[in-house]
Amino acid sequence: MEASTVLKLNGLAKRFGSILANDDVTIHLQKGEVLALLGENGAGKTTLMNMLFGHYLPDSGNIEIRGVNGDLVPLELGNPSAALASGIGMVHQHFTLAENITAFDNITLGAEPLFSLRRNQRKAEKKINNIMSNSGLDAPLDIPVGRLSVGERQRVEILKALYRDAHILVLDEPTAVLTPQEADALFSNLRRMTNHGLSVIFITHKMREVLSFSDRLVVLRQGKNVGSMETSNASEKKIARLMVGSETQKVSPKRITPGGPILSLNDVSVAGRSKRDSLQNISLILKSHEILGIAGISGNGQNVLADLISGLASPDKGSILLKGVAIQNINPLNMIKLGFGRIPEDRHRQGIVGGLSVSENMVIERLDDPLIQNFGFLRSSVINDNAQTLSEKYDVRGPGIDQASRLLSGGNIQKLILARVFEQQPEIILANQPTRGLDMGAASDVQRHLIEARDRGGGVILISEDLDEILGLADRIVVMRDGNLNDVNSSSREAIGLMMAGESV
Amino acid sequence: MIDILNILLTDSFWAASLRIATPLIFGVLGALICERSGTLNLGIEGIFVVGAMCGWMATWLGAGLWGGILVAFLCGAFFGLIHALLTVPLGLSQHVSGLGITLFATSISYFTYRTALPDVSSPPRIEPFQPLDIPILSDLPFIGLVLFQQTALTWLALIMVLLVWYVLNRTNLGLAIKAVGDNPNSVDAQGLSVYAIRMWAIVIGSALMALGGAFLTMSAFDAFFFGMVNGRGWVCIALVIFASWRPGKALIGALLFGAFDALQVRLQTEMGALVPGQVFLMAPYVLSIVALVIAARSADYPRALLTPWYKGQR
Amino acid sequence: MIRIEPREKISNSSTIFIPIIAAIVSLLFAAIPIISAGANPLIAYVEMAKGVFGSVFAVSEMLTRATPLIFTGLAAAIAFRAKLWNIGAEGQLYLGAIAAVTVGSGFFDLPAIFLLPLIIVLGACAGAVGMVAPTYLKVRFGADEVVTTLLLNFIIIIFLQMLLEGPLQDPMGLGWPQSAPILDQGMFPPLIDRMRVHSGLILAVILAVIAHFMIKHSVWGFKLRAVGENSSAAKHAGININRSLFGVALLSGGLAGLAGVSEVAGLKGYLTADLSPGFGYAGIVVAMLAGLSPIGVIIASVFIASVFVGADSMSRAMGISSFLADLVVSVSLLCVLVGGFIAKFKIVRAGTGTRFYD
Repeated sequence: MEASTVLKLNGLAKRFGSILANDDVTIHLQKGEVLALLGENGAGKTTLMNMLFGHYLPDSGNIEIRGVNGDLVPLELGNPSAALASGIGMVHQHFTLAENITAFDNITLGAEPLFSLRRNQRKAEKKINNIMSNSGLDAPLDIPVGRLSVGERQRVEILKALYRDAHILVLDEPTAVLTPQEADALFSNLRRMTNHGLSVIFITHKMREVLSFSDRLVVLRQGKNVGSMETSNASEKKIARLMVGSETQKVSPKRITPGGPILSLNDVSVAGRSKRDSLQNISLILKSHEILGIAGISGNGQNVLADLISGLASPDKGSILLKGVAIQNINPLNMIKLGFGRIPEDRHRQGIVGGLSVSENMVIERLDDPLIQNFGFLRSSVINDNAQTLSEKYDVRGPGIDQASRLLSGGNIQKLILARVFEQQPEIILANQPTRGLDMGAASDVQRHLIEARDRGGGVILISEDLDEILGLADRIVVMRDGNLNDVNSSSREAIGLMMAGESV
Repeated sequence: MIDILNILLTDSFWAASLRIATPLIFGVLGALICERSGTLNLGIEGIFVVGAMCGWMATWLGAGLWGGILVAFLCGAFFGLIHALLTVPLGLSQHVSGLGITLFATSISYFTYRTALPDVSSPPRIEPFQPLDIPILSDLPFIGLVLFQQTALTWLALIMVLLVWYVLNRTNLGLAIKAVGDNPNSVDAQGLSVYAIRMWAIVIGSALMALGGAFLTMSAFDAFFFGMVNGRGWVCIALVIFASWRPGKALIGALLFGAFDALQVRLQTEMGALVPGQVFLMAPYVLSIVALVIAARSADYPRALLTPWYKGQR
Repeated sequence: MIRIEPREKISNSSTIFIPIIAAIVSLLFAAIPIISAGANPLIAYVEMAKGVFGSVFAVSEMLTRATPLIFTGLAAAIAFRAKLWNIGAEGQLYLGAIAAVTVGSGFFDLPAIFLLPLIIVLGACAGAVGMVAPTYLKVRFGADEVVTTLLLNFIIIIFLQMLLEGPLQDPMGLGWPQSAPILDQGMFPPLIDRMRVHSGLILAVILAVIAHFMIKHSVWGFKLRAVGENSSAAKHAGININRSLFGVALLSGGLAGLAGVSEVAGLKGYLTADLSPGFGYAGIVVAMLAGLSPIGVIIASVFIASVFVGADSMSRAMGISSFLADLVVSVSLLCVLVGGFIAKFKIVRAGTGTRFYD
């Protein structure tokens, strides 16, 4: 099998300060193979692939790649041009596309020398058309990328790699932005290409995808390669044990009877630049003792809904009723006072003020609370004691409550936000992608808090693009698509997946 | 009203408009290039001063007019390089760096001028660029005066508009500049150097800005005065936004501004008694603010403007 | 291959050392232009020092020069903390001066105990007015306040010239474009006999101390810091961004207006179009040198004032252009910028460094 090895990562290691992100990782890739690189959030998968593509320089180890004459040659490390020239293409998790130029421009960017007087458009067009027909991937080439859908953009990213004659394609969490049906289509296209000699590595944290789409899998845990197996020999249990190191305790709430309605949105519309930036006559009822799951791919209006409930946007039509009474002033402060607890999607941009300390961020939503301030002056000792108590209670770990909160890890920032929100015993909780980017342990903590809030009598709106999370936690599910909310009749993945894609069941 | 219309119909008015617009054309093009690549260059006011002083002085010391232009160009590039080093690899505040460059460039120009020419009661003069005299074309009615009796620098400015348009929209370099100003990661992932593209854009843009200043001392006037730039650099920053970062619209904006400025000089002589002259002096700055407000929420705003990018940060 | 990574902890002492080192470096840098002007830098430094510390008069001159810088420095520091780039202090200074002269040169005939406070309050209000339009345009239209405040400076100065040749012109001024003088009871009392330093300095220092306290310990200061650091998160947390920004804007404009009041009602006594040799812009450098700290502003103002006064004196003694002062001040700004970078980041050889969490 040596003859068909196209890539060897040998003993790669990478350290960031005190954290060893990758520890002596060795992986081989065979020609025409679809290899899944699996691990929890934070296990070191993206770091490893970034070293492959040249964004990071490894501390030790080397990479060998199959050259033009079929032999394995060393790859120049830390240099994306060298990686591209050697035939490695990468589709990053956050797309590396310029939205103000066309797909054609993005694909050809950097392929020709910078200082030529004219661009050779016809030759490039021909090559791209060839690639599109061979691979089955299709995307509009002549409109600015900013106007393409997420699925189209991903296809542009892949075309970009193929245009540079990549024979090894790395995809980082490719299905995070796709419906189940789109994910199937993507992998069947990839399979077509692997039959013609392309080798694929895809990074994921979802076991289900690994089992459905890969030939072989490698598991990373805490930066180390802890095991690999042929997918045909794999099972969820085996993989999970490798990923976490022990039996997983899945969080599964007891079903309890919901109470009466506490929040309702009646025929609410919010205008936006496109359907997906708006809400189209939606109606929603949230009951106490209930977790309402809003499924759907990000970018279908979830953020508008979240902004609405957070108080950052108000309805152009329709009304929001809290326990039967319409909310008059929709702004963040008022929503907080009315008992809304909000866990925002983007922790860094909306959740915390990075430069303020942990204790300051803990009280930022309660600045007119007489416990926190006295005639407009802050009570420092109260604020610090509060932070100390909450940090212990919610296990927020970091360099210190008086240190800048941007120094905390993602999981701890989320716990800070939870502490801030849950201590106020909110009646309605909006959790927007609350476990995104967190490792399993932190994710379970978050989910546990949501369930506790529900058990205590609160109503939880859970917006998540992780369908498994919704299926596991939600008492009731609705699907968001193009600014519309639709009830779900069955709880099968396929049915919900179809609704996410906009097809009726 | 009739007076205004009469003025608008004269060829000398339009010739003056183009002449007044010339330094602004250079400035707006220079700022446009910097901002398209993601960097705001508030050093423009100081770089105008540098271009004015260095270009003039080089000519006065014997380098000739085009020698002076070359010196101005290089001096602008030099100060642009400082701003580029501070804002691109070091990622420092573009606002503060730009203001620092303006203060630095202005003070170094004033100091150098005063030290070289310590006791002059009236500033020494050079022989400035003369209006071109092109056979046949210069004698055409109306357009002969407006277009074909301008100085070589005005022609250079107009050529620059075409050149910048061509590079931005028809070459790979322009593509890279547009991409790096929207999402630097897109450029990095294709194996190009974000730092190099951004820094060169700032250096070339700043060199162009300096030409705007040089026009003031080598064509519009023939000597260097303290305070002669008088906010033109800031006006260019406002006009870039008005131009939606496009060279064609930049030319239109500069011309509009030049027209208004030419109009106010003529209106002052007509209406001088009724309205204090200062109202007309204020008008250009007010106009710039208005232009800025109109175009402020433009969709063409380079997305990566003002955001530093660090290699290896993912 | 080297890489730039953020330091885990920014040492507190660096916030004090950086400006000091920046100041020293900028003074040392001055040797280059001094030498190229044909003079001996050591003698030049001595002359500068004499001009600042050499006599009670020299120190008084330096403090007099520092007074408006404290006001404009505070104006910039407070605004920049909220990421509100007020570059219009120069114009707001003149608005304050215009108000002072309008009110104080005979419009009201009041005893000192009423007239001076009235001048102060109205001068501050006039300066604050100068920030209303730029802030409104920023909040409503997204218009960059850097450009609008800058352009407004030019507009205000032209407006001032219009006033000085018109309604504000001193009828007994022999036709010069200057205002009537402020009544004696409207002037800041001097601090030392026969010296020019006046009690405007006391007002400036008091305001700096109040500002320091408010920013650190008040809810208002908390909101200011939050809005300046991350306005999205501040908004999400229920802080009213626009109210905070307007409050900061008015305060900043008011402080800059007080610089004008202090110059006209403390020093010169009447208003001309060249009242300010760039105090507004120098205030920005003061604020940056001070690390945006109000107490630091006091110290930085003393430094910048010393540079200007020392350079003036040295210029008269040695014939070197006094633009040297502007040069030193601008270099100190660039040094502070670079210094701030060195404090926050470290250059590491590839392979080590701090991870960006998430």
